[in-house]
Amino acid sequence: MFLSAENMLGGYGETTILNDCSIGVKKGEIAVIVGPNGAGKSTAMKAIFGMLDLRAGNIIFDGKDITDLKPQERVKSGMGFVPQTNNVFTSMTVMENLEIGGFTNQANLSKNISEVFKLFPVLKEKQKQLVGELSGGQRQQVAVGRALMTNPKLLMLDEPTAGVSPLVVKELFEKIISIAKTGIAILMVEQNARQALEIADNGFVLVQGENKYTDKGSKLLSNKEVRKAFLGG
Amino acid sequence: MNDVVRRSLVFSTFAVAIVFIGFLQSWNVALGIFNLCLISATMALGVNIQLGYAGIFNAGVMGFAALGGLSAVIISYKPVSETISLGGLGILICILILLLGSVLGVIVYKSNLSQAYKKILFPLIIIFVLLLLNLIGAPAVERIEAFEPAASGFLGGFGLPIILSWIVGGVIAGLVAYLIGKITLGLRSDYLAIATLGIAEVIIYILKNEDWLTRGVKNVNGLPRPVPYEIDLQESTWFIELCQNFGFPLVETSSIVVKLSYCFLFSIVVLTLFILSEVALKSPWGRMMRAIRDNEISARAMGKNVKARHLEIFILGSAIIGLAGAMLTTLEGQFTPTTYQPLRFTFTVWVMVIIGGTGNNYGSLIGGFLVWFLWVEAEPLGLYLVELITSPLSETNLLRIQLITNAAHMRYMMMGLLLLLVLRFAPKGIFPEGR
Amino acid sequence: MDFLNALALITNYILLPGFTYGSQLALGALGVTLIYAVLRFSNFAHGELMSFGAMICILFTWLGQSYGVNFGVLPTALIFLPIAIGFTTLYCFFIEKFVFAYYRRKKSDPIIFLIASIGVMFFTAGLIRFIIGPSDQNFNDGVRFIFNVREFKAFTGLDEGFGLKTSQAITILTTIILCSILFVFLNKTRTGKSMRAFSDNEDLALLSGIDPNKVVLLTWVIAGGLATFAGVLYGLDKIYKPFIFLQMLLPIFSAAIVGGVGNPIGAVVGGYVIALSELFVTFAYRKVLAYLLPESMEPAGMMQFLSTDYKFAVSFIILVIVLIVRPTGIFRGKTI
Repeated sequence: MFLSAENMLGGYGETTILNDCSIGVKKGEIAVIVGPNGAGKSTAMKAIFGMLDLRAGNIIFDGKDITDLKPQERVKSGMGFVPQTNNVFTSMTVMENLEIGGFTNQANLSKNISEVFKLFPVLKEKQKQLVGELSGGQRQQVAVGRALMTNPKLLMLDEPTAGVSPLVVKELFEKIISIAKTGIAILMVEQNARQALEIADNGFVLVQGENKYTDKGSKLLSNKEVRKAFLGG
Repeated sequence: MNDVVRRSLVFSTFAVAIVFIGFLQSWNVALGIFNLCLISATMALGVNIQLGYAGIFNAGVMGFAALGGLSAVIISYKPVSETISLGGLGILICILILLLGSVLGVIVYKSNLSQAYKKILFPLIIIFVLLLLNLIGAPAVERIEAFEPAASGFLGGFGLPIILSWIVGGVIAGLVAYLIGKITLGLRSDYLAIATLGIAEVIIYILKNEDWLTRGVKNVNGLPRPVPYEIDLQESTWFIELCQNFGFPLVETSSIVVKLSYCFLFSIVVLTLFILSEVALKSPWGRMMRAIRDNEISARAMGKNVKARHLEIFILGSAIIGLAGAMLTTLEGQFTPTTYQPLRFTFTVWVMVIIGGTGNNYGSLIGGFLVWFLWVEAEPLGLYLVELITSPLSETNLLRIQLITNAAHMRYMMMGLLLLLVLRFAPKGIFPEGR
Repeated sequence: MDFLNALALITNYILLPGFTYGSQLALGALGVTLIYAVLRFSNFAHGELMSFGAMICILFTWLGQSYGVNFGVLPTALIFLPIAIGFTTLYCFFIEKFVFAYYRRKKSDPIIFLIASIGVMFFTAGLIRFIIGPSDQNFNDGVRFIFNVREFKAFTGLDEGFGLKTSQAITILTTIILCSILFVFLNKTRTGKSMRAFSDNEDLALLSGIDPNKVVLLTWVIAGGLATFAGVLYGLDKIYKPFIFLQMLLPIFSAAIVGGVGNPIGAVVGGYVIALSELFVTFAYRKVLAYLLPESMEPAGMMQFLSTDYKFAVSFIILVIVLIVRPTGIFRGKTI
């Protein structure tokens, strides 16, 4: 495992949200966390990224224990994170968003920008436009592009398709597959459980902060209980 | 019980400080300070209702206090019959025009005319009213202000007992607060502070420049008192006998008696307001206010009319500030528009409330007392400190002379430090708000 | 000819003083708006920061003058501006460290920052009066006019004219240069962009590896520098009065809010809007109209909307109107 979060236990204040939860992803693969509302999906993601203090459990990333690192330090060690909301600088242009994304990675700036433009050609066209004026799907592309500017080895996406029109969802997932193909590990939380599991190598079904099912994406899709409980039949 | 002990301890410490001043400086000084402490406490009670009960940041305290001062002039000063006959009618017509204009404005606003029509009508009304005011008002004002400008040049007042102005001051301040509140209360807290700061400034500008009303920067002196004059006391036989019997010095005693009379009147006001504020705070109304303050969104969701409640609070608090302003002008016996400075009148009162404990009426009392006490005593204290620090320097050292002459300004530094320290280390103040 | 005369009058009494005062307001408003955008509070101490900067500059000017330093036709104070900026920046760092840093760590409500800034305002006001005293100081020792009204009239042969004060020229030029530098910095440099990013979305800026402490300190450097410029230029143009800066605070806030708080271009435009409308509304147009209208229509009154006494009040009225009608200002500022 390239990233493995083991037996995470934690929450906000007194409440426990994650209860012995384990998540893992390999290089070049896509792992998806699904589950009902309030299952702790986003919290698990935040815990892995260091935005939540764990009471127990370890996070091993690229062979190192990073449990005690701050989010910024995790970015430096190769994690990229796209939050669910407020994930772009709306008052800045597309280009400036990418430049800020690569703030700590000046050496590869122009190379990374052209790679992001290759992945999202529409951004190249709109590079001088303010992000606040873009459509929802384009904003998400900027958000992913910004996160890619640090050359992450693991990209974490918190509901990348929230508020994006169904047509664009498919396109966005295709982009995510092509990002994974470059050898980056991808971990995402998704509401669109069915579609997400279709592209996932591994799936984690969380219920009340616990791993309920963990399996290959395709196997979860064909699992009767999972289908009945979480995929609407 | 703990609360009671704490309160008695703090208040008696303050009493000791006043007594200390009485012995060290003089009883006259001590009582003079205490009277202003009472007025400060009144203002603090008013601001506390707004800031503490409802979390409204009213930075226009100065304006409302000045309106109170104005009402003291209008109520108590004897009418100047010459200027009234010269321009009284013109001014009266102007007031009527203003009223009519406002009524017309409200009618247009409430009417179901389209927005486009309203956009044309409003400026038209304003221009028309301004034009009329200029046509009728300007000559009247000119005539009034030209009459013995050195001694009069204004309309005077109604010649009624000045105590009446305390109520009228509250009413005027409340009315103005209604207008201001209607316009500004929807704003975010820092914008509200800036807007009210600006409006207060505008009020002061009007008072400084409308000479026919306030004599402007020429000030109004010699307002009648609600208490006896020293000179009358010194000449009345009973008082002379009294002093002789007890062996009191005549002049000093007369001035102490005058101050005590003021003290008595002010104390009645402060006590009444305090009791009313406490009752209001503990009433369902007060609880609702605090609920709104702590969570406006959920209060709104529960069907509370937040805006109306805020307007109530704003009017009430401002009326109390107006009352305090009238008391202050009564005590000083003169109305000086130039003395209204935001540092002295607005922000110092904020400091009083915050240091005392926002939301706690006991806190406002002690905050008003202590901060005013320090404001006054900062001068001798600062001087003492500077002399102590610079004592190694020679008497003629320029730096030393400079620092000593400027030592009085230490009071601003002290206010700032006090506010910063309390905000940082005891943000709930001396008496934290109870639940 | 009559038209030119009218234009000369307006230039002398409205345009030149308006653009000068507007520049001073713009520099102040830029500082207020930057602090609002990056540090997220309305800084009531900003007027006193201007005063502080001007005071330091005056003190060094006196020191310099006592050693015979002068700047020829230009005011000596300009030589010591950089030193004053340095001191003001240090003072800003001092208050950041001992006052605001704590509330930033605690993520306090903006209103707590505002109250703290009032504490700083009190303290600074006292410190300034303690050091330099409460009285007026005139420290403009340069040549007063580049050309005066008489010279202008002689040169052009017009009946009316305008004079250009050295301080006016310096103020307007400096403001243009400073604003250009600031806009290039904010829009073109990596550090400037990181400041904008921090202002736009603090959490995301942190994720991108932007050091918040650097941004905060940099903001104070710029705000302190601009405040010093504004204070010194105002003092050179008019006179240095310690108490005037609290009064200046309101037009400055008005300028920032009218332009759209948090928006630098808005702050500059707001400054000019406020300053020019103050003068336009309180100017007596009688002489101007006399030139423009046929003789038979010559106005009898002063032709003044509001008496000059209400000059300051105009900015507050504009502010209140803008707050009610369009709280985001002309250039849609930030609303938290």
